[in-house]
Amino acid sequence: MNDTVRQFRDFFVSLRLTVVLLALSMILVFAATLDQVNLGIWAVQEKYFHSLFVLWRIPGTAIPLPVFPGGYLIGGFLLVNLVAAHVYRFKLTWRKSGIFLTHAGLILLLVGELLSGLWQEEFQLQLREGETKTYAESYRYNELAIIDTTDPQFDDVVVIPETLLADSTPIQHPKLPFRVVTKEYYPNAALRLRAGTGENPSLATAGIGPQITATPLPLTYKQDERNWPAAFVELAGPEGSLGIWLVSPQLQAPQTFDYGGRTWRIGMRPQRAYKPFSLTLLKTTHDVYLGTDIPKNFASRLRLTTPDGRDDREVLIYMNNPLRYAGLTFYQYQMDGEHAMSVLQVVRNPSWRLPYISCAMITLGLIVQFCIHLSGFIGKRRASAAYPPARP
Amino acid sequence: MKRYFPLLLLLLGLALIGRSLLPLRNPAAFDVVGFSRLPVLMNGRVKPMDTVARTSLLVLCNNVSNDPANSDPERSHRIATPDNRLLTPNEWFLDLMFDATKADTYQVIVIDNPDVLSLFHLQPADGLGERRYSFAQIQKALPELERQAKLAEPVESQARNAFQRSVVQLQSNVILYLRLKESVVASDRADFLGDLMDFQQSLPAGIEAVRAKEAKQPHDAVAARKLIDFGERFDRMAQLGYVLAIPPAAGESDANGWRNAGAALMETFQTGAVNAHVMAYAGLAHTWRAGRPDEFNEIIRLYREELQKGFPGALAKCDAETRYNNVRPFYTAKILYVLAFFGALCSWLYWPKELGRGAFWLVALAWLLTTAGILTRMWLEGRPPVTNLYSAALFVGWVSVAFCLGLEYLYRNGIGSAAAGLIGFSTLLIASYLELGGDTLEMMRAVLDSNFWLSTHVLTVTAGYGATFLAGFLALIYIVRGVFTQSLDKATADTLARMVYGIVCFATLFSLVGTVLGGIWADQSWGRFWGWDPKENGALIIVIWNAIILHARWGGLVKQRGLMCLAVFGNIVTSWSFFGVNLLGVGLHNYGFVEATFWWLLAFVASQLAFIGIANLPLARWRSFQTR
Repeated sequence: MNDTVRQFRDFFVSLRLTVVLLALSMILVFAATLDQVNLGIWAVQEKYFHSLFVLWRIPGTAIPLPVFPGGYLIGGFLLVNLVAAHVYRFKLTWRKSGIFLTHAGLILLLVGELLSGLWQEEFQLQLREGETKTYAESYRYNELAIIDTTDPQFDDVVVIPETLLADSTPIQHPKLPFRVVTKEYYPNAALRLRAGTGENPSLATAGIGPQITATPLPLTYKQDERNWPAAFVELAGPEGSLGIWLVSPQLQAPQTFDYGGRTWRIGMRPQRAYKPFSLTLLKTTHDVYLGTDIPKNFASRLRLTTPDGRDDREVLIYMNNPLRYAGLTFYQYQMDGEHAMSVLQVVRNPSWRLPYISCAMITLGLIVQFCIHLSGFIGKRRASAAYPPARP
Repeated sequence: MKRYFPLLLLLLGLALIGRSLLPLRNPAAFDVVGFSRLPVLMNGRVKPMDTVARTSLLVLCNNVSNDPANSDPERSHRIATPDNRLLTPNEWFLDLMFDATKADTYQVIVIDNPDVLSLFHLQPADGLGERRYSFAQIQKALPELERQAKLAEPVESQARNAFQRSVVQLQSNVILYLRLKESVVASDRADFLGDLMDFQQSLPAGIEAVRAKEAKQPHDAVAARKLIDFGERFDRMAQLGYVLAIPPAAGESDANGWRNAGAALMETFQTGAVNAHVMAYAGLAHTWRAGRPDEFNEIIRLYREELQKGFPGALAKCDAETRYNNVRPFYTAKILYVLAFFGALCSWLYWPKELGRGAFWLVALAWLLTTAGILTRMWLEGRPPVTNLYSAALFVGWVSVAFCLGLEYLYRNGIGSAAAGLIGFSTLLIASYLELGGDTLEMMRAVLDSNFWLSTHVLTVTAGYGATFLAGFLALIYIVRGVFTQSLDKATADTLARMVYGIVCFATLFSLVGTVLGGIWADQSWGRFWGWDPKENGALIIVIWNAIILHARWGGLVKQRGLMCLAVFGNIVTSWSFFGVNLLGVGLHNYGFVEATFWWLLAFVASQLAFIGIANLPLARWRSFQTR
């Protein structure tokens, strides 16, 4: 083994590297926690943890400068360091078994966290009592839906993710007889009815748009608020523009138009994830402690049905008691008792079991190690009288 | 003499506890104690009047025990009246509910902000201890307060300035005060019992008159008017009344049956008979006002007998809670910890064996007392020990002291006792500040309503906090003894290093397992194992810090002094996780927001950094090492 390789190896198996990485991760977590006040929990995760470097934009420019290693970098190095140190120093002895098990558990935990960062999808399912839905909605991403409603039997839907709209490159879809061109896109906007004639004319020429003004707002990062995008979208056929529509998830009423002998509906909505089953909200329960506003219990009773009829049963979801079904987990998230409305959090996380396994490994490992130390300590105290009980 | 010293200390401690256990005595002829044990429902649980009186007073007066004018702990829980009597919280509460015009002259409402004070055209000199004012003093300007509160309320609570915070706080205290007054009798009526008798008598005729009036038939206008007046008064009481003092009908176990007197009186229009419990309270009010203790005591006795039939369990719990409130185990434990701390300090200089043993016994006594206190709270609440910030502070102290007792038992060098005294006292002190928020036996929010996770995740993680603090305090002892005294010999230094190392191992075990368990709970209730929520991050930072200490030591990166510095820094990390994240005001775990905490936290961090600085003085400056 030559010197370079040996240095390389020594670097990656050293405890010094472990300590430095741990210290860096502590600073990272601390800074990220403080920054949540400004950025909110989602942006902080992207900026600090799901990144190789924490970037800082030089004020007044758009040039990003890496100022600190990000979560993926530190986590990756820690993983390499852990694995390398164990491969290099691995000796199966009883004295080390606890430490070994603990670190194996930690490796699994880090890997699990990486996987859920990559795989996890979160959606929400908002239901009123009596309502049935076959899809969950994203609470962060939106999509433009253009629906051919000519056939009363079914809808033919083309959806365009918000990110493509934001690019403002013209979009041509084989199912659509027109191109979709974004004229203007606001990531967050306030809509209100046009007051009178005094204002600048709207960019929109069709649908409800001309009666509404859209004012761009700065992005919000608050946990209890969401961004409501708005876009002015032009549909252009071979013979020219069909008109410009204002679309936003805030505009609930459908905007329809006829083109090429077919009837179309256009609108922006929270991104949907369709499921191979449907959920009907039967009953919501919202208890508070008497004489307080402190919620005691939220519960939703639902009916779960699949089109093939193999599943048709009632389920109860309440706090700390989610429903796990078809690789998804449904949690009671929010509830509006007054309007008999319930919001469920729908999560797909294929690696959700890993933390449970690693938790068991870590606990077991630490307890084993602790018992080994304790028996050693007691043995030593018995053997030596170095620190006898204080004598008079 | 010297031989009996430990015994003497133990007897002193036992005497202190014994004194707090003395049976309750009535301050005068009225059976105030009997009244204080009556069950009511508030904030979601059945509790004695005593707890309501104490917590309401604590909220209104805040800092009772830190009032410079009232430094004596016994006096501090008394209210001074204009005619120079001292009232117990329960006597004050009786006056407030039964004789409001008198209670309005007692100076109990705290106003600290000078700008808020000027809304009322008051000077600090007008107040008791320059900060407490009577309701009568502020009554006139209440509309202005309400206007200011309306202006301040739309501002987010973190963005409010001192004036706005103070206005909002005062407005909510005034509302509490007004609502307490209307709980069982109408505060503006001179003879409510007479009113009720009158109401009962005129009810049949009144109902007939109202029915006739509604049917547009000839009717007795006076009788109808009278009944409507009663209805309006009772409805106001039902809207305002804060204390749900009227129990459900006997045999009905549903807690939702508890209501205030106004609501119970409104039922009369259906039932035709005034609720007997309301009558009993009106009778109490009548006799209390008229100064007729014999009748008052008789009503209490009869009322309790009546309750004994339907609610024996609630009565027993309320009696126990009243007892617990009066014993104040944590207050006595605080004194014992101080004594133990100084005993242990002195043991390093004189009489190491006797003083050391005495201090150990005092710590053991105080620890048993806090154990009893925590167990009582658990029984009252039916919950694992940690449910909010207050109980977490208690538990952190309890765990740390338990570790200290173990250390002291093994090493017998006074270090465990000194650390126990210091940590026991500081955690109880912090707890007594957290108590100012109101009743500390709170209900659990829906998501936290899980005894399984409360007793696994919360307990392990809190034990981890406690162990990390303990390691830090042991390191402080090392630094202070080493730098400022000559008492840190090689053997003691090595022992301390071993103690710190051992405790850090414990801390790693508990905080790591506790944090991972917390992740699993989060996965169960929110759908993600880890969400980078501030409180989660706080726990993670503690885990990382403990891991750093251990790895730095294993790697030989730090020696004894370095280990001590790292352990002291652990204090900063832990206090930030415990309090700091609550100050951020974001995140799901944010259940206890304490503002003044911020400055205390800063001061604490500065002091710990100073200790780390001192520890880094060259060895020649350490008095313990100069001598050798």
